[in-house]
Amino acid sequence: MLRYILQRILLIPVLLFFFSVMVFALIQAPPGDYLTSYIATLASSGSSLDKAEIAALERQFGLDQPVHIQYFRWAQNLLRGNLGLSLEYQRPNGELISERLGLTLVLALAAFVFTWIVAVPLGIYSATHRNTLMDYLTTVLNYIGVATPNFMLALILMWWAYSQFDVSITGLFSREFEQAPWSFAKVVDLAKHIWLPMIVIGIAGTARLTRVMRANLLDELNKPYMIAGRARGLSEWQLIMKYPVRMAINPLASTIGWYLPELFSGSLIVATVMNLQNIGPLLLRSLINQDMYLAGGILMIYCLLAIIGTLLSDILLAWLDPRIRMEKA
Amino acid sequence: MSIQSESSALEPEGIGGSTLPKPPIGEDLFIASQEEERISIASNWTLVWWRFRKNKLAVVSTFVLLFLALVVLIPGFFATHDPEQTDARLAFIPIQEIHWIDEGGLKPWVPGVVGKRDPVTLKMVWTTDESQKIHVRFLAPGFEYSVLGLVDTNIHLIGAVDPERADLVYLLGTDRLGRDQWSRLAFATRISMTIGMISVILSVVLGLVLGGISGYFGGWPDMFIQRLIELLQSLPTIPIWLALTAALPRTWSPEKVFFAITIILALRGWTTLAREVRGKFLSLREEDFVLAADLAGCSRSRIILVHMIPTFTSHIIATSTLAIPVMIVTETSLSFLGLGMRPPAISWGVMLQEAQNIQTLALAPWLLIPGLVVILAVLAFNLVGDGLRDAADPYSH
Repeated sequence: MLRYILQRILLIPVLLFFFSVMVFALIQAPPGDYLTSYIATLASSGSSLDKAEIAALERQFGLDQPVHIQYFRWAQNLLRGNLGLSLEYQRPNGELISERLGLTLVLALAAFVFTWIVAVPLGIYSATHRNTLMDYLTTVLNYIGVATPNFMLALILMWWAYSQFDVSITGLFSREFEQAPWSFAKVVDLAKHIWLPMIVIGIAGTARLTRVMRANLLDELNKPYMIAGRARGLSEWQLIMKYPVRMAINPLASTIGWYLPELFSGSLIVATVMNLQNIGPLLLRSLINQDMYLAGGILMIYCLLAIIGTLLSDILLAWLDPRIRMEKA
Repeated sequence: MSIQSESSALEPEGIGGSTLPKPPIGEDLFIASQEEERISIASNWTLVWWRFRKNKLAVVSTFVLLFLALVVLIPGFFATHDPEQTDARLAFIPIQEIHWIDEGGLKPWVPGVVGKRDPVTLKMVWTTDESQKIHVRFLAPGFEYSVLGLVDTNIHLIGAVDPERADLVYLLGTDRLGRDQWSRLAFATRISMTIGMISVILSVVLGLVLGGISGYFGGWPDMFIQRLIELLQSLPTIPIWLALTAALPRTWSPEKVFFAITIILALRGWTTLAREVRGKFLSLREEDFVLAADLAGCSRSRIILVHMIPTFTSHIIATSTLAIPVMIVTETSLSFLGLGMRPPAISWGVMLQEAQNIQTLALAPWLLIPGLVVILAVLAFNLVGDGLRDAADPYSH
């Protein structure tokens, strides 16, 4: 078990290296570089730089160096936690990102918990009450849930709330708490607002997971051990909960590996539509304004989150399923 | 897993929808073997078809997809206006519902629209007026368009009977710039659907080649391709796609952007299929018929193309059908955020950009219709894909 986890952890730096090369290539891709945008920003605000200052800045950013040297500089700074300065906000990128990172995590985890709390019982109910009205209803809702892009759902809900009740359901905080420092009251306010984005982000995953759970459980319900259990006089509830459900949940756990990373990055579009202050809208803005070092920093954070999500699910799976644990050890 | 497909597939009496009369005792065996005979001589594709058509939802969805395909081929036939024609005075005209009955007979008409200037904002506000009737008919003449670049015609699916009033028919209302939504939707369908399909075709080609190499040859190419797949699959997709599309030069023509997006989508899309193909190759490699072909002196490419790939074509089709909606939703999301297709190109996502503002949406909820079309298309692809997947392996249960 320990060796298996260690192996996965040792892989992280390798993955991070490849990702950082990719991200660096991406932030270099648009025409022009950081400095030209910087000079343009300065010019638009009325001040300008003379040639000597530009040359000094070029040296400072290493723009006179070949590309691979530039990459190593950038990577070195990343490792030191220095993500550069944002053009648009004129503040360190690290600060901008860490302000919003907490909300990104909270939102994704809330959606994750919602998914599991709803999907597993619904899947069990659907499978044990096969071909009843509720089962059909669940199946239909699942298909629609999977087919609806989450930003579309957000738009429909926002429109409905606005036109019916004249309330705007955007944002994660009431106005008075938006800029306030963290306090107990602010946390309560967050809890009041987070449930809707949580549902919107989690609904597609819930629909998919319910389907998987139902299908897995249906496969198990026909096994001979069920008859054996009934013959021994186990109550139906005990029988189902004790054996087939545990078997059916196992493959479900392996979906965490892609589901958790998907929640981190999938919330991006919903966050933009619903004006949620996580790192998604920040990335979008930085890409549109070509604030490339900020974009690069956020992309690296997303990569890291994806890696951590996969690692967590690997560990969870190994812990749940002795077959994996033994095989890899 | 869909509602119908759970009933186990090959109960003999269900095949082909033919119900056999209950045979007298003693003839059971004979009838059963006759049925078995029918199944055993049927080709793989016949079996797949028998099983697929039992899934009613999948069959209905197939028709939905065929209709969408028709729109893709000749959007001009469905359009009633030039999709780019703008007139700010005609902004936010509401949906005109088609009424079928008039003067006691089948005589379809749509209500006319009346504009009033809002005394405060001085904006035109349009409402439908049932007392004005604009009669419409099918196959009405309108603007010129070409069918697949072959024939020019001016016949449209629907249009005003009186050509003078043709400009007053806005079936799904108009947007902020007074563009006709119904017509734009037809052209958006063309772009969004083709983006989905082309990127899936690219993914299939890449997946087949790389998955095939990986599974058939093994060794270091396998090692390399598997690591590449793992790397690509652990990427955070949406942020990376956003960054990639943001890096496309603003000066590119819509056609160039179109192909760039299909390539970007395919870059990750091939990995799922490559894994599946590799698994198939790994298991098929050990089969007797492959050994037989090898001993009979078939070349490697012949073994792969003639003997191995046909055994899992149905799986590839099912998997690619299920991949199309993912591509469509991604393109829609990217365009919606302003980083995918850009105006003047029209796609479902580009149309939905108009629906980003909640105040506008409250005023003109019909701007959400392109989103409903996305849901419909994705639903249809998923149902057909599920049906195909269940039918793809006709010998399994």
